[in-house]
Amino acid sequence: MITFAFYLFALSAITGGLFTVISRNPVHSVLWLILAFLSSAGLFVLLGAEFVAMLLIIVYVGAVMVLFLFVVMMLDVDFAELKAEMAKYLPLGMLVGLVILMQLAMAYGAWDANSGAEARLQAAVPEGMHNTEALGMILYDQYFLLFQLAGLILLVAMVGAILLTLRHRQDIRRQNVLEQIYRDPADAMKLKDVKPGQGL
Amino acid sequence: MTQIDYTRAAKYFLLADFFAGLKLGLRYFFNPKATLNYPHEKGPLSPRFRGEHVLRRYPNGEERCIACKLCEAICPAQAITIDAEPREDGSRRTTRYDIDMTKCIYCGFCQEACPVDAIVEGPNFEFATETREELFYDKEKLLANGDRWEAEIARNLELDAPYR
Amino acid sequence: MAEFFTTTYLGIGLTIVGQVFLIVIPLLVCLAFLMYADRKVWAAVQMRRGPNVVGIYGLLQSFADFIKYIVKEVVFPAGADRTVFLLAPMITLVLSLIAWAVIPFNEGWILSDINVAILYIFAISSLEVYGVIMGGWASNSKYPFLGSLRSAAQMISYEVSIGLIIIGVIISTGSMNLSDIVRAQDGAYGIFNWYWLPHLPMLFLFFVSALAETNRPPFDLPEAESELVAGYQVEYSSTPFLLFMIGELVAVVLMCALVSLLFFGGWLSPIPWLPDGFLWMFVKMLFVFFMFAMVKAITPRYRYDQLMRLGWKVFLPMSLGWVFFVAFAAKFQWFGGVFARWTVGG
Repeated sequence: MITFAFYLFALSAITGGLFTVISRNPVHSVLWLILAFLSSAGLFVLLGAEFVAMLLIIVYVGAVMVLFLFVVMMLDVDFAELKAEMAKYLPLGMLVGLVILMQLAMAYGAWDANSGAEARLQAAVPEGMHNTEALGMILYDQYFLLFQLAGLILLVAMVGAILLTLRHRQDIRRQNVLEQIYRDPADAMKLKDVKPGQGL
Repeated sequence: MTQIDYTRAAKYFLLADFFAGLKLGLRYFFNPKATLNYPHEKGPLSPRFRGEHVLRRYPNGEERCIACKLCEAICPAQAITIDAEPREDGSRRTTRYDIDMTKCIYCGFCQEACPVDAIVEGPNFEFATETREELFYDKEKLLANGDRWEAEIARNLELDAPYR
Repeated sequence: MAEFFTTTYLGIGLTIVGQVFLIVIPLLVCLAFLMYADRKVWAAVQMRRGPNVVGIYGLLQSFADFIKYIVKEVVFPAGADRTVFLLAPMITLVLSLIAWAVIPFNEGWILSDINVAILYIFAISSLEVYGVIMGGWASNSKYPFLGSLRSAAQMISYEVSIGLIIIGVIISTGSMNLSDIVRAQDGAYGIFNWYWLPHLPMLFLFFVSALAETNRPPFDLPEAESELVAGYQVEYSSTPFLLFMIGELVAVVLMCALVSLLFFGGWLSPIPWLPDGFLWMFVKMLFVFFMFAMVKAITPRYRYDQLMRLGWKVFLPMSLGWVFFVAFAAKFQWFGGVFARWTVGG
């Protein structure tokens, strides 16, 4: 059963990845990419890492890909033209890809794994706790500082992005919701006795 | 910056408006229904209600209409078409009395104009049809309506009589 | 015979299909009556009668609607992306149904008792936004597209606060398993042992966020039948539209189930000496659904900028603050340890 599920997820991950690249429509590409992500999440579950799988779905599919989809849907670009442009650079791109592939192959071929690392990779999760807890123990005990630093980097990135795009426009009227909520019906209206022909 | 009104802020965070609304909603939830169970129950109709047209007859079975064509003349929507010829006994009667119900605006001028109370808008308002053609009423249909609704129409006319 | 169902592919497959049907079919039947109940409540508050013609008291109204939807013609807008157009409602329905796999209805009445159940539900509900976006985009029309953007932004915004509120409950329990969360609420005082009491502010926040997350009134801006002609569903008709409707309502009922599991102790009995059981879960879900229906009847629709403000400027800080508070309260056993129930659970 597990084998069957593995092949199912693996096949759909590869299909998703393939169609992400070759789809004509960018929105379809993004949707295929989502399929690829979901399939990889399924593979994680098969490996017994359900926490990572759920995180993959929540963070990547639930948040990042939605943003992607937004951007791609809003873009008004003639993608057929862009594709034709791309065909011109295809040989160069394939060359770069080939070089990277070779480098990876060489690096992996020369990779002399430490036997201790190998053993740790195989080691089961500590007895009596499931992997979510084990992951928490590692992240918040052993690598606490690094984890916090990673968070800090993300925060800086966020602040930077906001700083780059934020403009305080003076020429528009803003809604002051607080003022609207605090508007008191009792003082909102005044009754005045206006004499005929005089005005206020 | 607006001065913060703490009473209102507290109300806002305690969802005071929401609970007041919920209370009101629950009260109305158990209130008797304001709507009628329509096909089974119907609302009251005024005697002056202007519904589907009928052509009435005298108690002896003679049709009232004398083909004076006043209704045809007054009809603002020009929905009524009348042809007339003398009958064998010499009396003037219609040979054709058509009302296009799709044109009719139910203003009631025809019944006001009628000197013999022949054309009357009855109390029936449920005469929807599946085709347009069924709404082009002819004399036969109108007389049949008259026979069907005579009792109600006579009562309504009598009730309304003191006011006209 | 028992071996057949546990060893062969066909047997396992059949078992899974059987289990799935065991949840989905009662759920969909309940749904038909819940839709009817929703309309009846709404009608009652407005002093109307609501559906009362099909069947006794109109009980079969939803089934009549169902038949009406499926015999109508599916209309494809010109230039629509047919595949995605049809995929969107299916995704909405399937996603809202598969979340039920981890909902425990009673001690042990659960399809898949996984340790990250809450995260699973959270992941599924974060995927639900795709049905909306895809539907709006594939319609090749401006109204659905704008509607889908509004809807997507709204769903994503309120997911954040839902997640943080759930984290508070998880901290209290020390487990992400829904059954454990319910068991942690068991105690000698019945109803006063449940999380609604210590987590009271979050109960309301969760309820409101759930309304926004499922696009229910007063946050039904994406649909807003009266002014926006139905947002991302404008171009949908017949069965695809029905799938959208069912998907949304299943999501609503799922939220009811979540509220009763997280805050009202799931299948636990409110009175200590009465037995626990499925019936309590059912009653609690009904109560929460009634509240959903009442809110629909009594509240006016929010303005869009107010909705976003509420999500990001009120709910997010409040729920984040609550997570901090619960973390400290649980760690240092404040308030007699009501926030630290993990000794009971995992």
